[in-house]
Amino acid sequence: MIIPKQKPLEEILQLTDAFENILVIGCDGCSGIYQVGGVKQAETLATLIRMARKLQGKPVEVRHTLVLRQCDRQLVATTLRPQLENTDLLLSLACGVGPQTLVDVFPDIQVLTAVDTFGMGGKDRELGHYFEYCRGCGDCLLNETGGICPMTRCPKALANGPCGGMRDGKCEVGDYKNDCAWYLIYQRLKAQGRLDLFTKYRPPRDWRIAQSPRKVEL
Amino acid sequence: MSPQRPAYSDLMKSLNAGKFTFTGEIEPEKIGSMDEVLEGAHKLVGHVVAANVTDIPQSFAYMNSLGPSYIIQQEVGLEAVCQMTCRDRNRLALFGDLLAAGAMGIKNILSLTGDHPSLGDTPEAKPVFDLDSASLTHLIRKITDEGKDLKDNDIHNPPKFHVGVAANPGAIPIEPEILKLERKQAIGAEFVQTQVIYTIQEAQDFMNHIKHIKIPTLIGLCPLRSYKIAKWVTDFVPGMTVPDALLEQMEKLSKIEDKPTRKEKTYLLNVQYFGSLVKEIRKTTQAAGCHIMAIGFEEIVKEIIAESGVR
Repeated sequence: MIIPKQKPLEEILQLTDAFENILVIGCDGCSGIYQVGGVKQAETLATLIRMARKLQGKPVEVRHTLVLRQCDRQLVATTLRPQLENTDLLLSLACGVGPQTLVDVFPDIQVLTAVDTFGMGGKDRELGHYFEYCRGCGDCLLNETGGICPMTRCPKALANGPCGGMRDGKCEVGDYKNDCAWYLIYQRLKAQGRLDLFTKYRPPRDWRIAQSPRKVEL
Repeated sequence: MSPQRPAYSDLMKSLNAGKFTFTGEIEPEKIGSMDEVLEGAHKLVGHVVAANVTDIPQSFAYMNSLGPSYIIQQEVGLEAVCQMTCRDRNRLALFGDLLAAGAMGIKNILSLTGDHPSLGDTPEAKPVFDLDSASLTHLIRKITDEGKDLKDNDIHNPPKFHVGVAANPGAIPIEPEILKLERKQAIGAEFVQTQVIYTIQEAQDFMNHIKHIKIPTLIGLCPLRSYKIAKWVTDFVPGMTVPDALLEQMEKLSKIEDKPTRKEKTYLLNVQYFGSLVKEIRKTTQAAGCHIMAIGFEEIVKEIIAESGVR
Protein backbone atom coordinates (compact mmCIF):
# COMPACT_ATOMS: atom_id res chain seq x y z
CA MET A 1 0.00 0.00 0.00
CA ILE A 2 0.94 3.65 -0.11
CA ILE A 3 2.90 4.84 2.91
CA PRO A 4 1.72 8.16 4.38
CA LYS A 5 3.13 9.94 7.43
CA GLN A 6 1.43 12.81 9.20
CA LYS A 7 3.28 16.12 9.10
CA PRO A 8 4.37 17.59 12.46
CA LEU A 9 1.43 19.20 14.29
CA GLU A 10 3.29 22.49 14.51
CA GLU A 11 3.50 22.62 10.72
CA ILE A 12 -0.19 21.72 10.30
CA LEU A 13 -1.19 24.47 12.74
CA GLN A 14 0.84 27.03 10.82
CA LEU A 15 -0.62 25.86 7.50
CA THR A 16 -4.19 26.15 8.74
CA ASP A 17 -3.70 29.35 10.73
CA ALA A 18 -5.63 31.65 8.40
CA PHE A 19 -8.71 29.47 7.84
CA GLU A 20 -12.05 29.75 9.63
CA ASN A 21 -14.01 26.65 8.65
CA ILE A 22 -11.95 23.54 8.17
CA LEU A 23 -13.02 20.09 7.09
CA VAL A 24 -10.42 17.43 8.02
CA ILE A 25 -10.87 14.52 5.61
CA GLY A 26 -9.65 11.05 6.46
CA CYS A 27 -9.23 8.32 3.87
CA ASP A 28 -10.23 4.74 4.58
CA GLY A 29 -7.81 3.38 1.97
CA CYS A 30 -4.10 2.95 2.68
CA SER A 31 -3.89 5.92 5.04
CA GLY A 32 -6.79 4.66 7.15
CA ILE A 33 -5.60 1.08 7.19
CA TYR A 34 -2.16 2.26 8.32
CA GLN A 35 -3.92 4.37 11.00
CA VAL A 36 -2.28 7.54 9.77
CA GLY A 37 -5.31 9.20 8.27
CA GLY A 38 -8.44 7.18 9.05
CA VAL A 39 -11.54 8.50 10.76
CA LYS A 40 -9.99 8.35 14.23
CA GLN A 41 -6.90 10.28 13.18
CA ALA A 42 -9.11 12.82 11.39
CA GLU A 43 -11.15 13.29 14.56
CA THR A 44 -8.00 13.67 16.68
CA LEU A 45 -6.45 16.18 14.32
CA ALA A 46 -9.68 18.20 14.18
CA THR A 47 -9.76 18.30 17.99
CA LEU A 48 -6.12 19.35 18.23
CA ILE A 49 -6.56 22.18 15.72
CA ARG A 50 -9.69 23.35 17.56
CA MET A 51 -7.92 23.31 20.93
CA ALA A 52 -4.80 25.04 19.66
CA ARG A 53 -6.81 27.80 18.02
CA LYS A 54 -8.88 28.26 21.16
CA LEU A 55 -5.70 28.65 23.20
CA GLN A 56 -4.46 31.22 20.69
CA GLY A 57 -7.73 33.13 21.12
CA LYS A 58 -8.70 32.50 17.50
CA PRO A 59 -11.48 29.94 17.72
CA VAL A 60 -12.20 28.03 14.52
CA GLU A 61 -14.89 25.73 13.19
CA VAL A 62 -13.29 22.33 12.53
CA ARG A 63 -15.22 19.24 11.48
CA HIS A 64 -13.96 15.86 10.37
CA THR A 65 -15.18 13.28 7.92
CA LEU A 66 -14.10 10.18 6.04
CA VAL A 67 -14.01 9.21 2.39
CA LEU A 68 -13.84 5.51 1.63
CA ARG A 69 -11.05 6.18 -0.89
CA GLN A 70 -9.86 9.70 -1.64
CA CYS A 71 -8.30 8.49 -4.91
CA ASP A 72 -11.80 7.91 -6.36
CA ARG A 73 -13.31 11.05 -7.91
CA GLN A 74 -16.89 9.79 -7.75
CA LEU A 75 -16.62 8.72 -4.12
CA VAL A 76 -15.04 12.06 -3.19
CA ALA A 77 -17.83 13.97 -4.95
CA THR A 78 -20.76 12.05 -3.47
CA THR A 79 -19.33 11.81 0.05
CA LEU A 80 -18.19 15.40 0.47
CA ARG A 81 -20.62 17.51 -1.56
CA PRO A 82 -23.33 17.54 1.20
CA GLN A 83 -20.77 18.59 3.86
CA LEU A 84 -19.17 21.62 2.25
CA GLU A 85 -21.35 24.54 3.27
CA ASN A 86 -19.18 27.47 4.47
CA THR A 87 -16.03 25.31 4.32
CA ASP A 88 -12.93 27.35 3.41
CA LEU A 89 -10.35 24.56 3.75
CA LEU A 90 -10.25 20.88 2.88
CA LEU A 91 -7.45 19.31 4.92
CA SER A 92 -6.61 15.87 3.57
CA LEU A 93 -5.13 12.98 5.51
CA ALA A 94 -4.79 10.79 2.42
CA CYS A 95 -1.63 10.14 0.40
CA GLY A 96 -0.64 12.72 -2.22
CA VAL A 97 -3.34 11.41 -4.54
CA GLY A 98 -6.14 12.44 -2.17
CA PRO A 99 -5.64 16.21 -2.11
CA GLN A 100 -5.17 16.27 -5.89
CA THR A 101 -8.46 14.44 -6.36
CA LEU A 102 -10.09 16.99 -4.03
CA VAL A 103 -8.68 19.80 -6.18
CA ASP A 104 -10.04 18.13 -9.31
CA VAL A 105 -13.52 17.70 -7.84
CA PHE A 106 -13.79 20.96 -5.86
CA PRO A 107 -11.66 23.50 -7.72
CA ASP A 108 -13.13 26.47 -5.80
CA ILE A 109 -12.12 25.39 -2.29
CA GLN A 110 -8.60 25.52 -0.89
CA VAL A 111 -7.03 22.13 -0.33
CA LEU A 112 -4.05 21.32 1.91
CA THR A 113 -2.44 18.08 2.92
CA ALA A 114 -1.54 17.07 6.46
CA VAL A 115 0.71 14.18 5.40
CA ASP A 116 3.91 13.38 3.51
CA THR A 117 3.81 10.38 1.18
CA PHE A 118 6.58 7.81 0.95
CA GLY A 119 5.73 5.57 -1.98
CA MET A 120 4.49 2.01 -1.93
CA GLY A 121 5.50 -0.53 0.61
CA GLY A 122 4.70 -3.08 3.21
CA LYS A 123 4.40 -3.02 6.95
CA ASP A 124 5.88 -4.93 9.84
CA ARG A 125 3.22 -4.69 12.52
CA GLU A 126 5.48 -5.75 15.36
CA LEU A 127 8.22 -3.27 14.54
CA GLY A 128 5.80 -0.59 13.41
CA HIS A 129 8.02 -0.06 10.37
CA TYR A 130 7.02 0.56 6.80
CA PHE A 131 9.27 -0.54 3.94
CA GLU A 132 9.23 0.97 0.48
CA TYR A 133 9.04 -1.96 -1.93
CA CYS A 134 7.74 -0.51 -5.19
CA ARG A 135 8.23 2.77 -7.01
CA GLY A 136 5.74 2.00 -9.72
CA CYS A 137 8.29 2.14 -12.55
CA GLY A 138 5.85 0.44 -14.92
CA ASP A 139 8.27 -2.24 -16.14
CA CYS A 140 8.35 -4.89 -13.43
CA LEU A 141 11.63 -6.77 -13.04
CA LEU A 142 10.50 -8.98 -10.15
CA ASN A 143 10.18 -12.12 -12.26
CA GLU A 144 13.89 -12.19 -12.91
CA THR A 145 15.21 -10.82 -9.63
CA GLY A 146 13.89 -13.43 -7.25
CA GLY A 147 10.87 -11.32 -6.31
CA ILE A 148 13.01 -8.48 -4.90
CA CYS A 149 12.88 -5.08 -6.60
CA PRO A 150 16.31 -3.52 -7.25
CA MET A 151 14.69 -0.43 -8.76
CA THR A 152 13.24 0.42 -5.35
CA ARG A 153 15.35 -1.36 -2.80
CA CYS A 154 18.75 -0.43 -4.25
CA PRO A 155 19.45 3.30 -3.63
CA LYS A 156 21.15 3.41 -7.04
CA ALA A 157 18.35 1.42 -8.71
CA LEU A 158 21.02 -0.70 -10.38
CA ALA A 159 20.05 -3.19 -13.05
CA ASN A 160 23.40 -5.01 -12.80
CA GLY A 161 24.28 -5.01 -9.12
CA PRO A 162 25.52 -5.25 -6.50
CA CYS A 163 27.92 -2.31 -6.60
CA GLY A 164 31.19 -2.02 -4.70
CA GLY A 165 29.27 -0.50 -1.82
CA MET A 166 27.94 -3.88 -0.63
CA ARG A 167 29.68 -5.24 2.48
CA ASP A 168 28.58 -8.37 4.23
CA GLY A 169 25.24 -8.13 2.45
CA LYS A 170 24.66 -4.56 3.65
CA CYS A 171 24.43 -1.30 1.71
CA GLU A 172 26.91 1.61 1.79
CA VAL A 173 23.95 3.99 1.87
CA GLY A 174 22.73 4.32 5.44
CA ASP A 175 25.95 3.16 7.08
CA TYR A 176 25.63 -0.55 6.28
CA LYS A 177 22.43 -0.99 8.26
CA ASN A 178 20.12 -1.79 5.35
CA ASP A 179 20.18 -4.95 3.29
CA CYS A 180 21.76 -4.74 -0.14
CA ALA A 181 18.90 -5.57 -2.52
CA TRP A 182 21.28 -7.25 -4.94
CA TYR A 183 22.68 -9.42 -2.16
CA LEU A 184 19.13 -10.53 -1.33
CA ILE A 185 18.54 -11.19 -5.02
CA TYR A 186 21.77 -13.21 -5.20
CA GLN A 187 20.74 -15.32 -2.19
CA ARG A 188 17.27 -16.01 -3.58
CA LEU A 189 18.47 -16.87 -7.07
CA LYS A 190 21.24 -19.06 -5.70
CA ALA A 191 18.76 -21.00 -3.55
CA GLN A 192 16.59 -21.42 -6.63
CA GLY A 193 19.51 -22.54 -8.80
CA ARG A 194 18.96 -19.50 -11.03
CA LEU A 195 22.26 -17.66 -10.82
CA ASP A 196 22.11 -17.40 -14.61
CA LEU A 197 19.54 -14.67 -14.01
CA PHE A 198 22.02 -12.94 -11.72
CA THR A 199 24.94 -12.89 -14.17
CA LYS A 200 22.67 -12.00 -17.09
CA TYR A 201 23.45 -8.53 -18.45
CA ARG A 202 20.51 -6.16 -18.23
CA PRO A 203 20.72 -3.30 -20.75
CA PRO A 204 19.90 0.24 -19.67
CA ARG A 205 16.21 0.64 -18.94
CA ASP A 206 13.71 2.45 -21.09
CA TRP A 207 12.75 5.23 -18.71
CA ARG A 208 9.99 6.47 -21.01
CA ILE A 209 7.81 3.85 -19.36
CA ALA A 210 8.31 5.55 -16.02
CA GLN A 211 7.98 9.05 -17.41
CA SER A 212 5.58 11.18 -15.38
CA PRO A 213 2.78 11.99 -15.62
CA ARG A 214 1.48 8.60 -16.66
CA LYS A 215 -2.06 7.82 -17.67
CA VAL A 216 -2.86 4.13 -17.51
CA GLU A 217 -5.75 2.62 -19.40
CA LEU A 218 -6.83 -0.72 -18.04
CA MET B 1 42.83 -11.79 -22.30
CA SER B 2 41.71 -10.57 -25.69
CA PRO B 3 44.78 -10.50 -27.93
CA GLN B 4 42.43 -10.55 -30.92
CA ARG B 5 41.57 -6.94 -30.12
CA PRO B 6 44.21 -4.45 -31.21
CA ALA B 7 45.94 -2.46 -28.48
CA TYR B 8 45.51 1.28 -28.85
CA SER B 9 47.19 2.30 -25.62
CA ASP B 10 50.52 1.70 -23.94
CA LEU B 11 48.67 0.15 -21.01
CA MET B 12 46.99 -2.42 -23.21
CA LYS B 13 50.20 -3.08 -25.16
CA SER B 14 52.00 -3.76 -21.90
CA LEU B 15 49.24 -6.05 -20.62
CA ASN B 16 48.93 -7.91 -23.91
CA ALA B 17 52.70 -8.42 -23.97
CA GLY B 18 52.38 -10.11 -20.59
CA LYS B 19 54.63 -7.56 -18.87
CA PHE B 20 54.10 -7.05 -15.16
CA THR B 21 52.46 -3.66 -15.41
CA PHE B 22 52.21 -0.73 -13.01
CA THR B 23 49.57 1.96 -12.95
CA GLY B 24 49.39 4.93 -10.60
CA GLU B 25 46.66 7.28 -9.55
CA ILE B 26 46.02 11.00 -9.55
CA GLU B 27 43.19 12.52 -7.58
CA PRO B 28 42.26 16.05 -8.62
CA GLU B 29 40.66 17.48 -5.49
CA LYS B 30 38.87 20.74 -4.73
CA ILE B 31 41.25 22.75 -6.88
CA GLY B 32 40.98 25.42 -9.50
CA SER B 33 44.24 24.83 -11.32
CA MET B 34 46.13 21.89 -12.79
CA ASP B 35 49.27 22.51 -10.69
CA GLU B 36 48.78 19.60 -8.27
CA VAL B 37 47.71 17.29 -11.08
CA LEU B 38 50.81 18.08 -13.11
CA GLU B 39 53.06 17.74 -10.07
CA GLY B 40 51.66 14.27 -9.37
CA ALA B 41 51.96 13.30 -13.02
CA HIS B 42 55.62 14.35 -13.15
CA LYS B 43 56.37 12.08 -10.20
CA LEU B 44 54.73 9.10 -11.91
CA VAL B 45 55.76 9.47 -15.53
CA GLY B 46 58.38 6.96 -16.62
CA HIS B 47 57.63 4.73 -13.65
CA VAL B 48 54.09 3.60 -14.33
CA VAL B 49 52.64 2.80 -17.74
CA ALA B 50 49.53 4.85 -17.07
CA ALA B 51 47.81 6.71 -14.26
CA ASN B 52 44.16 6.64 -13.29
CA VAL B 53 42.48 10.00 -12.88
CA THR B 54 39.63 9.88 -10.40
CA ASP B 55 36.11 11.10 -11.18
CA ILE B 56 34.69 12.85 -8.12
CA PRO B 57 35.84 10.03 -5.80
CA GLN B 58 33.69 9.01 -2.84
CA SER B 59 31.21 11.64 -4.04
CA PHE B 60 33.36 14.53 -2.83
CA ALA B 61 32.80 17.64 -4.91
CA TYR B 62 36.18 17.61 -6.68
CA MET B 63 37.43 18.34 -10.18
CA ASN B 64 36.29 15.83 -12.81
CA SER B 65 38.53 13.33 -14.58
CA LEU B 66 38.29 14.42 -18.18
CA GLY B 67 40.29 17.66 -18.08
CA PRO B 68 43.15 16.34 -15.96
CA SER B 69 43.33 13.13 -18.05
CA TYR B 70 43.89 15.25 -21.14
CA ILE B 71 46.41 17.54 -19.46
CA ILE B 72 48.66 14.78 -18.07
CA GLN B 73 48.85 13.14 -21.49
CA GLN B 74 49.41 16.39 -23.32
CA GLU B 75 51.81 18.18 -21.00
CA VAL B 76 53.59 15.37 -19.16
CA GLY B 77 53.30 12.46 -21.59
CA LEU B 78 51.74 10.27 -18.90
CA GLU B 79 49.03 8.03 -20.31
CA ALA B 80 45.70 8.37 -18.54
CA VAL B 81 43.16 5.83 -17.37
CA CYS B 82 40.19 8.16 -17.26
CA GLN B 83 37.78 7.00 -14.56
CA MET B 84 34.12 7.50 -15.37
CA THR B 85 31.30 6.93 -12.93
CA CYS B 86 27.57 6.70 -13.58
CA ARG B 87 26.62 8.70 -10.49
CA ASP B 88 26.46 12.18 -12.00
CA ARG B 89 25.65 11.77 -15.69
CA ASN B 90 22.95 10.04 -17.65
CA ARG B 91 23.69 8.03 -20.80
CA LEU B 92 23.64 11.17 -22.96
CA ALA B 93 26.23 13.01 -20.87
CA LEU B 94 28.44 9.93 -20.53
CA PHE B 95 28.36 9.42 -24.28
CA GLY B 96 29.16 13.08 -24.87
CA ASP B 97 32.11 12.92 -22.48
CA LEU B 98 33.33 9.71 -24.11
CA LEU B 99 33.36 11.39 -27.53
CA ALA B 100 35.25 14.34 -26.06
CA ALA B 101 37.68 11.98 -24.33
CA GLY B 102 38.33 10.16 -27.57
CA ALA B 103 38.82 13.38 -29.48
CA MET B 104 41.34 14.48 -26.85
CA GLY B 105 43.39 11.32 -27.25
CA ILE B 106 42.28 9.42 -24.16
CA LYS B 107 42.55 5.67 -24.75
CA ASN B 108 41.75 4.00 -21.45
CA ILE B 109 38.49 4.33 -19.55
CA LEU B 110 37.79 2.75 -16.19
CA SER B 111 34.06 2.07 -16.09
CA LEU B 112 32.67 2.50 -12.57
CA THR B 113 29.22 2.65 -11.06
CA GLY B 114 30.39 5.27 -8.54
CA ASP B 115 29.78 5.76 -4.86
CA HIS B 116 26.38 7.02 -3.78
CA PRO B 117 26.25 10.79 -3.16
CA SER B 118 25.22 10.15 0.44
CA LEU B 119 28.82 9.08 1.15
CA GLY B 120 30.41 12.36 0.15
CA ASP B 121 30.54 16.00 1.18
CA THR B 122 27.36 16.92 -0.71
CA PRO B 123 24.92 14.21 0.33
CA GLU B 124 21.92 16.25 -0.87
CA ALA B 125 22.88 15.68 -4.51
CA LYS B 126 20.50 13.77 -6.78
CA PRO B 127 22.02 10.45 -7.82
CA VAL B 128 21.75 9.58 -11.53
CA PHE B 129 22.80 5.95 -12.16
CA ASP B 130 20.99 5.87 -15.49
CA LEU B 131 23.71 3.40 -16.51
CA ASP B 132 25.83 1.22 -14.23
CA SER B 133 29.37 -0.11 -14.60
CA ALA B 134 28.08 -2.98 -16.75
CA SER B 135 26.02 -0.88 -19.14
CA LEU B 136 28.73 1.80 -19.35
CA THR B 137 31.19 -0.95 -20.27
CA HIS B 138 28.74 -2.08 -22.93
CA LEU B 139 28.45 1.48 -24.27
CA ILE B 140 32.25 1.82 -24.52
CA ARG B 141 32.44 -1.51 -26.37
CA LYS B 142 29.77 -0.39 -28.77
CA ILE B 143 31.59 2.85 -29.54
CA THR B 144 34.89 1.03 -30.01
CA ASP B 145 33.76 -2.14 -31.80
CA GLU B 146 30.89 -0.84 -33.89
CA GLY B 147 31.46 2.91 -34.04
CA LYS B 148 27.88 3.38 -32.91
CA ASP B 149 25.95 4.95 -30.07
CA LEU B 150 23.43 3.09 -27.91
CA LYS B 151 20.74 3.64 -30.53
CA ASP B 152 22.90 2.21 -33.33
CA ASN B 153 23.54 5.59 -34.89
CA ASP B 154 26.93 5.89 -36.59
CA ILE B 155 29.61 8.05 -35.03
CA HIS B 156 31.73 10.07 -37.43
CA ASN B 157 35.37 9.11 -36.70
CA PRO B 158 34.50 6.92 -33.71
CA PRO B 159 37.11 6.84 -30.94
CA LYS B 160 38.81 3.64 -29.82
CA PHE B 161 38.95 2.88 -26.13
CA HIS B 162 40.12 0.16 -23.81
CA VAL B 163 37.65 -0.40 -21.05
CA GLY B 164 38.64 -1.46 -17.58
CA VAL B 165 36.51 -2.35 -14.59
CA ALA B 166 36.96 -2.50 -10.84
CA ALA B 167 36.77 -5.52 -8.57
CA ASN B 168 36.75 -5.80 -4.82
CA PRO B 169 38.86 -8.58 -3.27
CA GLY B 170 37.46 -7.59 0.12
CA ALA B 171 33.83 -8.21 -0.86
CA ILE B 172 31.95 -10.25 1.72
CA PRO B 173 30.64 -12.61 0.51
CA ILE B 174 32.96 -12.90 -2.48
CA GLU B 175 30.71 -14.91 -4.80
CA PRO B 176 28.50 -12.07 -6.08
CA GLU B 177 31.69 -10.12 -6.82
CA ILE B 178 33.01 -12.97 -8.94
CA LEU B 179 29.68 -13.41 -10.72
CA LYS B 180 29.72 -9.69 -11.46
CA LEU B 181 33.19 -9.99 -12.97
CA GLU B 182 31.96 -12.88 -15.12
CA ARG B 183 29.18 -10.60 -16.32
CA LYS B 184 31.68 -7.83 -17.09
CA GLN B 185 33.97 -10.26 -18.90
CA ALA B 186 31.06 -11.34 -21.10
CA ILE B 187 30.33 -7.69 -21.92
CA GLY B 188 33.94 -7.13 -22.97
CA ALA B 189 35.92 -5.60 -20.13
CA GLU B 190 39.62 -5.66 -21.02
CA PHE B 191 41.39 -5.06 -17.73
CA VAL B 192 40.59 -5.13 -14.04
CA GLN B 193 41.96 -2.87 -11.32
CA THR B 194 41.14 -4.09 -7.85
CA GLN B 195 40.33 -2.25 -4.67
CA VAL B 196 43.08 -2.09 -2.10
CA ILE B 197 44.58 -5.14 -0.43
CA TYR B 198 47.31 -5.13 2.22
CA THR B 199 48.52 -8.73 2.40
CA ILE B 200 49.80 -11.30 -0.05
CA GLN B 201 47.15 -13.69 1.27
CA GLU B 202 44.33 -11.39 0.11
CA ALA B 203 45.93 -11.08 -3.33
CA GLN B 204 46.40 -14.84 -3.65
CA ASP B 205 42.89 -15.64 -2.47
CA PHE B 206 41.33 -13.22 -4.91
CA MET B 207 43.42 -14.36 -7.86
CA ASN B 208 42.45 -17.93 -7.04
CA HIS B 209 38.79 -16.98 -6.98
CA ILE B 210 39.01 -15.43 -10.44
CA LYS B 211 41.28 -18.05 -12.03
CA HIS B 212 38.63 -18.73 -14.67
CA ILE B 213 38.37 -15.08 -15.64
CA LYS B 214 40.70 -14.22 -18.48
CA ILE B 215 41.02 -10.47 -18.03
CA PRO B 216 44.41 -9.08 -16.95
CA THR B 217 44.06 -7.97 -13.35
CA LEU B 218 46.06 -5.30 -11.58
CA ILE B 219 46.08 -5.59 -7.80
CA GLY B 220 45.31 -2.36 -5.96
CA LEU B 221 47.79 -1.14 -3.35
CA CYS B 222 47.63 1.95 -1.20
CA PRO B 223 50.77 2.99 0.71
CA LEU B 224 49.98 4.48 4.10
CA ARG B 225 51.29 7.97 4.59
CA SER B 226 50.91 7.98 8.37
CA TYR B 227 49.87 5.84 11.30
CA LYS B 228 46.75 7.98 11.64
CA ILE B 229 45.65 7.07 8.12
CA ALA B 230 46.48 3.38 8.65
CA LYS B 231 44.42 3.34 11.84
CA TRP B 232 41.54 5.16 10.20
CA VAL B 233 41.49 2.70 7.29
CA THR B 234 41.41 -0.24 9.69
CA ASP B 235 38.75 1.24 11.94
CA PHE B 236 36.42 2.85 9.47
CA VAL B 237 36.75 1.39 5.98
CA PRO B 238 34.71 -1.81 5.89
CA GLY B 239 36.57 -4.73 4.37
CA MET B 240 39.96 -3.03 4.66
CA THR B 241 42.35 -4.04 7.40
CA VAL B 242 45.95 -3.03 7.73
CA PRO B 243 47.72 -6.10 9.14
CA ASP B 244 48.53 -5.85 12.86
CA ALA B 245 52.28 -6.18 12.39
CA LEU B 246 52.41 -3.26 9.95
CA LEU B 247 50.06 -1.21 12.10
CA GLU B 248 52.24 -1.79 15.17
CA GLN B 249 55.39 -0.79 13.32
CA MET B 250 53.69 2.35 12.09
CA GLU B 251 52.45 3.18 15.55
CA LYS B 252 55.98 2.82 16.93
CA LEU B 253 57.31 5.18 14.24
CA SER B 254 54.51 7.66 14.88
CA LYS B 255 55.96 8.25 18.34
CA ILE B 256 59.23 9.64 16.98
CA GLU B 257 59.25 13.29 18.03
CA ASP B 258 61.38 14.71 15.22
CA LYS B 259 59.01 15.20 12.31
CA PRO B 260 61.44 14.80 9.37
CA THR B 261 62.84 11.59 10.93
CA ARG B 262 59.34 10.28 11.61
CA LYS B 263 58.26 11.00 8.06
CA GLU B 264 61.36 9.46 6.56
CA LYS B 265 61.14 6.26 8.59
CA THR B 266 57.43 5.86 7.83
CA TYR B 267 58.19 6.42 4.18
CA LEU B 268 60.93 3.79 4.22
CA LEU B 269 58.72 1.29 5.99
CA ASN B 270 56.13 1.77 3.24
CA VAL B 271 58.75 1.31 0.54
CA GLN B 272 59.95 -1.92 2.13
CA TYR B 273 56.50 -3.31 2.94
CA PHE B 274 54.82 -2.55 -0.36
CA GLY B 275 57.98 -3.30 -2.37
CA SER B 276 58.10 -6.82 -1.01
CA LEU B 277 54.32 -7.18 -1.38
CA VAL B 278 54.63 -6.33 -5.09
CA LYS B 279 57.46 -8.83 -5.38
CA GLU B 280 55.34 -11.55 -3.78
CA ILE B 281 52.32 -10.72 -5.93
CA ARG B 282 54.45 -11.05 -9.03
CA LYS B 283 56.07 -14.27 -7.86
CA THR B 284 53.06 -16.12 -6.47
CA THR B 285 49.95 -14.93 -8.35
CA GLN B 286 48.67 -14.59 -11.89
CA ALA B 287 48.14 -10.85 -11.42
CA ALA B 288 49.04 -8.78 -14.48
CA GLY B 289 50.48 -6.00 -12.36
CA CYS B 290 49.82 -3.57 -9.57
CA HIS B 291 47.80 -0.39 -9.35
CA ILE B 292 49.50 1.82 -6.76
CA MET B 293 47.44 4.63 -5.27
CA ALA B 294 49.67 7.08 -3.42
CA ILE B 295 47.63 10.24 -3.44
CA GLY B 296 49.67 13.29 -2.49
CA PHE B 297 52.98 11.37 -2.23
CA GLU B 298 53.24 9.92 -5.71
CA GLU B 299 57.07 9.96 -5.46
CA ILE B 300 56.89 6.78 -3.38
CA VAL B 301 55.58 4.78 -6.35
CA LYS B 302 58.93 4.66 -8.13
CA GLU B 303 60.66 3.64 -4.87
CA ILE B 304 58.20 0.80 -4.29
CA ILE B 305 58.71 -0.42 -7.85
CA ALA B 306 62.50 -0.26 -7.43
CA GLU B 307 62.31 -2.10 -4.10
CA SER B 308 60.17 -4.82 -5.67
CA GLY B 309 62.93 -5.55 -8.17
CA VAL B 310 60.39 -5.90 -10.97
CA ARG B 311 62.31 -3.46 -13.12
